[in-house]
Amino acid sequence: MAENRRNFMTRAGAGAATLMLSGCASLSQQKWVANLLSEVEILTRHAQRLFAGSHALAPEFSKKDIAPVFRANGTLDPATPDYKAHAANGFRDWRIEVGGLVERPFSLSMAQLRALPSRTQITRHDCVEGWSCIGEWTGVPLKLVLAAAKPKADARYVVFYCADNMAEEGDPAQFYYESLDLLEATHPQTLLAYELSGQALQIEHGAPVRLRAERQLGYKMAKYIKRIEVVSSLAQINGGRGGYWEDQGYSWYAGI
Amino acid sequence: MSAEPVRILRRALGLVPAGPHYFFRRHALIVRVAHWINAGCLAFLLMSGLQIFNAHPALYWGKSSDFDRPVLSMTAQYTDGGTVGVTQIGPWHFDTTGVLGASDVDGVRTPRGFPEWATLPGPQWLAMGRLWHFAFAWLFAINGILFWAYAIARGHLRRDLLPTKKDLAHLPREIVDHIKLNFPRGEDAKHYNALQKLAYFFVIFVLGALIVLTGLAMSPTMDSAFPQLLWIFGGRQSARTIHFVCAFSFLGFFIVHIAMVILSGSWNNLRSMITGSYAIEGDKDG
Repeated sequence: MAENRRNFMTRAGAGAATLMLSGCASLSQQKWVANLLSEVEILTRHAQRLFAGSHALAPEFSKKDIAPVFRANGTLDPATPDYKAHAANGFRDWRIEVGGLVERPFSLSMAQLRALPSRTQITRHDCVEGWSCIGEWTGVPLKLVLAAAKPKADARYVVFYCADNMAEEGDPAQFYYESLDLLEATHPQTLLAYELSGQALQIEHGAPVRLRAERQLGYKMAKYIKRIEVVSSLAQINGGRGGYWEDQGYSWYAGI
Repeated sequence: MSAEPVRILRRALGLVPAGPHYFFRRHALIVRVAHWINAGCLAFLLMSGLQIFNAHPALYWGKSSDFDRPVLSMTAQYTDGGTVGVTQIGPWHFDTTGVLGASDVDGVRTPRGFPEWATLPGPQWLAMGRLWHFAFAWLFAINGILFWAYAIARGHLRRDLLPTKKDLAHLPREIVDHIKLNFPRGEDAKHYNALQKLAYFFVIFVLGALIVLTGLAMSPTMDSAFPQLLWIFGGRQSARTIHFVCAFSFLGFFIVHIAMVILSGSWNNLRSMITGSYAIEGDKDG
């Protein structure tokens, strides 16, 4: 009697667990579930900012912590004819346009960017996949570039448009893009970086210029930056979620 | 319906002991609610955590990833005999084909850390795994903090969970009793024994805290707010490894917990965690 009951309960338990789990697997396919779970991102962002505020600095490391080979991820070479021509020319004609909701739009050559005050920092790069790599980056605090452009009163986000096409061959072009809000964009460690370990960025690391946002995960740090646009909303840009990976379902707030 | 047929039915189904017994209120409502919320959270967190782990199925020690020297890794290797799953722990390598490193996805042997049946969602889908994980992490942490506050403020910790000197003196005897599956009866079943106290205390107050703190230590923004987290755990990658060990410690606790629940009277234990009532054999004043 007790044996039968035990068997029944074990089987009922296992059955319920299987049902629940296959239920969750199909729940993941439902748009409303993903949307509901995504709401948590807002809670996470507010909670983290409560502690980190706008100025808490990401930890910086010493020279001995630097990885011998910095792992490159994402696009390793944009390889478009236009990009190849720039690379062959040492990126001498590469320009970064700064525009959108600003009083003074302008564009910068690499020489002009390098002439601006720079910051060098040894920081840890955290990939959303889970690994970390420590590298020494040099670049111009984005804050300085934005200040020169004078964002208008309704400015909220800074969008970075890149030269790497993420679409499969034959599909319509879909260039990488990313965005930060003004708080993260004006953080002292947020750089338009042009050097890794004191050398001009290699193509796999985002030559000639990439973003460093040290309190965020790797996918926020756009490489091959061509254009910086200040906007009031992300809704009208591409998939409307603020970045290439965000449009594929990743969280816009990538502080965790 | 009079009370007598109900009693006969219950006894026939084995829901109450055959001999003399009475009911004792074993768990407070808040303990029962927190227990079941926690049980649900752990299932979601473990499975979505394994999905996240699968995005980079390797663990490291220190501040960053030394890709040539993982503490643990799960990889697929291609041999003449097909795809083989290899799990490496320190200097040891194990063939774990079919479960770890390489397992079947739609009938095809595929490189994967943990197999499809162990992850949420089943298919490789990091973005969705993260959404599940962080939603239930909030629920787990809030539930845990409320339970801690209750246990400390209302004496549950001191009265029921912290082992007394007498408990510790009985410990060797209790280990022998547990191995022989002799469980306390009568008055002795009204409180946790020393092994239970130590296990529950460790899981709730040590593992619970560790898994939340190591989780936060993996967040680059939290590291900027609390760099001490990195100092405590010896770096982000160490924190990730400790987080993984904690998760499997929870799983180990769960397996032993379920075994003990079943062996010491599944229905009585289950009822006491649902309605609060636990049947004690013997007379009330006996």
